[in-house]
Amino acid sequence: MSIELDNLTYTYMPGTPFEAKAVDGVSLKIEDGEFLGVIGHTGSGKTTMIALMAGLLKPTSGRVLIDGKDIAEKGFDRKELRRSVGVVFQYPEHQLFEETVYKDIAFGPIKTGVPEDDIERRVRDAMALMELDYDGVKDLSPFELSGGQKRRVAIAGVLAVRPRVLILDEPVAGLDPKGRAHLMNLITHLNAEGVTIIMITHSMDDLAEYARRVVVLNGAKLVMDDTPQRVFVRENELKQIGLDIPEVADIASRLRKKGRKVDESVIRLDELEKAVLRLVRAKAGNEAFND
Amino acid sequence: MAIVEVNDISYSYTGEMSVTPALSGVSLSVEKGAFVAVIGHNGSGKSTFARHINALFLPVSGKVLINGMDTQDEAKVWDIRKCAGMVFQNPDNQLVATIVEEDVAFGPENIGVPSEEIRARVDEALQQVNMIEFKERAPHMLSGGQKQRVAIAGVLAMRPDIIVFDEPTAMLDPEGRAEVLETIRKLNGEGKTILLITHYMEEALLADTVVVMTGGRITKTGTPREVFADEQALKDAGLSAPPHIELYHRLKAKGVELGECPLTIEELVEEICRLS
Repeated sequence: MSIELDNLTYTYMPGTPFEAKAVDGVSLKIEDGEFLGVIGHTGSGKTTMIALMAGLLKPTSGRVLIDGKDIAEKGFDRKELRRSVGVVFQYPEHQLFEETVYKDIAFGPIKTGVPEDDIERRVRDAMALMELDYDGVKDLSPFELSGGQKRRVAIAGVLAVRPRVLILDEPVAGLDPKGRAHLMNLITHLNAEGVTIIMITHSMDDLAEYARRVVVLNGAKLVMDDTPQRVFVRENELKQIGLDIPEVADIASRLRKKGRKVDESVIRLDELEKAVLRLVRAKAGNEAFND
Repeated sequence: MAIVEVNDISYSYTGEMSVTPALSGVSLSVEKGAFVAVIGHNGSGKSTFARHINALFLPVSGKVLINGMDTQDEAKVWDIRKCAGMVFQNPDNQLVATIVEEDVAFGPENIGVPSEEIRARVDEALQQVNMIEFKERAPHMLSGGQKQRVAIAGVLAMRPDIIVFDEPTAMLDPEGRAEVLETIRKLNGEGKTILLITHYMEEALLADTVVVMTGGRITKTGTPREVFADEQALKDAGLSAPPHIELYHRLKAKGVELGECPLTIEELVEEICRLS
């Protein structure tokens, strides 16, 4: 399933003194199975862009095309859109509302028309993915759970619909290191199984490790769209718009500035480890040779 | 005597049917003016511990002394809370007024500080967090980092000696995080005793002392360099070091003769350059 944004613009509060363009002429095509990272300073338009993508906001101008079909056209199957595009908003745990964990997770599948005899399996599977103990937790009120568990219940509710495209807005924000690692592993696993991932994050290190394409928003406009390697090498431009580069890329860049040979494509820890070992061994080898 | 003296405390959460131990045998003393970071994953007891410092929670056994005052002594609770202020994770839950300066004045008003003095305290507190030019603004129009700095000003207006920060940056964007951390360092430089509860390892690197909590116990205490050099202690606590320290450990494991554990990226880069 492809998602295409065609010259998309969204204006908040048009005709008032607060009028502001949140998304300005963005064009972008995301193919089936991609892992796309979206970065940008707070207020750059990331969250508005994904809300438009998921059909939750109506563009002021421009189009969103899913598999080539305009989602604003009459006759477009909105229910199918809800089934195939799942959105995990920032702090999704604030959106829990049902009496029990089971009911909360079952809400999405029920509303998107999953047959009744399949609902329990959907809930079980989603809870297993999120490492929630089905029998132990399903009858609890979501409000009795810890913050980390609530987040997992909220995400399970989205996964239970089995979307083909999963859009996540800062999914690891505020999680502890274990929670972050689990969620990032799960997202990578879903992507390996064919789910398209579109992830907004402030964690450049996560994107360097996992994303295959990164788009950068600044002042409501799309300013970069490339592989993470080619985006993160543009250190100065990123800094100018208030963005950091991944720590690994930072170390590599500093080594290059000191005249050490580290390839510009190095953004992952494994790659940097190899590059540094090569540097150190080359010197040790030279010294041995000179002796 | 240390300003915070925690002596062998234990604490459990009591539900209808169950008792869940949250702290067992925790002892720590913090000198006046120190900057202590407490790290651990969710459920390690770090927030429960933090809430013992200003008598929000009382230990089931053991003692907590703040500036010599026992938190179990009911008559001392308000003095303890004046001495030890607390800043929480979510700035939206901590702001109560519709104008920044009124919000900061809320604490001193409640304890009956005379109004001329409130004025002085509010201005001073807002200056300390670099928010004075926002004093007549509405808190909900501020950024996350700005809101959190207003929350800190609200605590400062109580003139505490100790400030406990419970994951103050968890809900902020990178810019907001940097603002809040800068404020914390500045306050520590001005003599405030800081306890920073966090699960961001990079933040712990800023402290003089790092305390690692696992399963309700303190499992490691030391300078940031000592703690981050101990890879096993971090692993046992379910924590991972920042990438530059992770790289240091990996290179050492491959036999690269690096010196002491680097706290900053610059230190690591220099070490690598020395060897290459």
